[in-house]
Amino acid sequence: MIADPFAWVYAQLTRLLLSLGMTAVWAQTTLRFVGAAVLATVLLVSTFFLIWGERKLLARFQDRLGPNRVGPWGVFQTVADFVKLIGKEIIIPTHADKVVYLLAPLLVVLSVVGIWAVIPMAPGVVGTDLEVGVLYIVAIGAIGTLGIMMAGWSSNNKYALIGAFRSVAQLVSYEVPMVLVLLVPVILASSMSLVGIVDAQAGMWFIVMAPVAALVFLVTSIAENGRAPFDLLEAESEIVAGFNIEYSALAFGMFFVAEFLHSFTIGAVVATLFLGGWRGPGAEAYPLLGFVYFLLKTLAIWFLIVWIRATLPRVRIDQMLGFNWKFLTPVALGILMLTALVDKMSAAAGWNRALVLILANAAAVTVILLSVRAYARFQRRTDQAKGLPAAVEARPAAAH
Amino acid sequence: MEPLKLIFLLAGAVTLLSALMVVTTRKLVHAALWLVLTLAGVSVLFVLLNAAFLAIVQVVIYIGAIAILIIFAVMLTRGSMDDTGPQTNRRWWLAGLIAVGLFAGILLLVVSEPAASAGVPAEAPGDSLRQLGLALVSVDGYVLPFELASVLLLAALIGAIFVARPPDAASEGGEE
Repeated sequence: MIADPFAWVYAQLTRLLLSLGMTAVWAQTTLRFVGAAVLATVLLVSTFFLIWGERKLLARFQDRLGPNRVGPWGVFQTVADFVKLIGKEIIIPTHADKVVYLLAPLLVVLSVVGIWAVIPMAPGVVGTDLEVGVLYIVAIGAIGTLGIMMAGWSSNNKYALIGAFRSVAQLVSYEVPMVLVLLVPVILASSMSLVGIVDAQAGMWFIVMAPVAALVFLVTSIAENGRAPFDLLEAESEIVAGFNIEYSALAFGMFFVAEFLHSFTIGAVVATLFLGGWRGPGAEAYPLLGFVYFLLKTLAIWFLIVWIRATLPRVRIDQMLGFNWKFLTPVALGILMLTALVDKMSAAAGWNRALVLILANAAAVTVILLSVRAYARFQRRTDQAKGLPAAVEARPAAAH
Repeated sequence: MEPLKLIFLLAGAVTLLSALMVVTTRKLVHAALWLVLTLAGVSVLFVLLNAAFLAIVQVVIYIGAIAILIIFAVMLTRGSMDDTGPQTNRRWWLAGLIAVGLFAGILLLVVSEPAASAGVPAEAPGDSLRQLGLALVSVDGYVLPFELASVLLLAALIGAIFVARPPDAASEGGEE
């Protein structure tokens, strides 16, 4: 029981349902639904503390105190905010498309919570070990895009519509490099199932073998989340609040929860794909320990995302698109081909796989940096030739 | 009743009803959203048939790309939000006839196929995804259609870039 509490709970519940006179198939189906409900509820409740944690961290980054009134260290601030949100009226604008308007926030939350269905949280603890888990993550993200479109259109507000258009420009185009680098761990593990990918990292984490892919995946995930520095979907200073401008009370709260939970979810996905998921010393014997490792890795990535948000200013919309199409997409394509080629070659020649891949990645980084520098020089020279002042235009590529 | 059968009946009913709504609803955006529900229902049917890969691809391509593009195009088209014209034209019976004929043909084909009455296909042995991937690139398999499709997509990609290119190539402006 102590060794594997998850399996113990499952066995107990199955016995209970069977004793109530259910057939085995129905008991299993019921437990699936119960498990999904428990997982979703725990995630949504944990968002209370994620929001508090993020606000507290942001405050520290900005030399402030942050929430500190409700509960010890302000831990229950979000609960108070939530109670306030429940008490408010959900305002539906005139001429808004009522059903679509109310459905949109639900879809956005669903797209985030749904990702957790395939993430292995401890040995043997996974919603469902889908054979195509990696593709599933992409598919469920598409539903979030749909939700944002629906929100922007149904609000009958031009700012909301502009926000929705931006969301399509951003979310759909950042999906391209994201899907490409998602294939790198798939190649390394030769499996699309997330359980298979975690199992393949028993010897070595994939971040060691594919650091460039991990970094590109993190950046594109932040863009998919619509978070600073890619928060153009709801840029307050440009389009007031973007796609969610008309939403109030709990309907707005849903978008809010989805965004904050999404950053934590990105942490979980990155931890699973590149940091070995629940793997760690002693995790196989004690699943609870594996869960702790998984949580620590997820929180580390989550902290990184909050750190980035606190540090970087918002990019312009043309920079956002240029960075994606002119930098991330070629890099993702190149690193995908390089990984496939080098992995195949090292397997054929019997080289040390990790070492060869690290060297290949180092070479790729050098080439990327050199070409970015060459591009910057070329740009500067053309600007001078045209008699323009030294370009202030930031070259987003230089940041990486 | 088996739970899977129940889910199948529910998914089938939702798919059929929303497909009906796609062609009968008056608002174009609503039609697109009903289409999304129809496609989602079809992907649930794929899951029930143990075809997880097809189900996910259905969602990625049809909902994630095609439906979103349709909605985007509808939103950008001024005056298409409320369609007040008649929903059918004089030749609706011809379309109906073709649809019924097609359905009867498919039904005939399915009923005559012995595998159709076998119910849910058994879980594919081993790694079905790997088999699919190998079939796509093996010479005995589907390498020719696969490569043809790639060339077609590449041509479409280049064509799109050519069409979208501003007449004056030097003025590479922003989005707006």
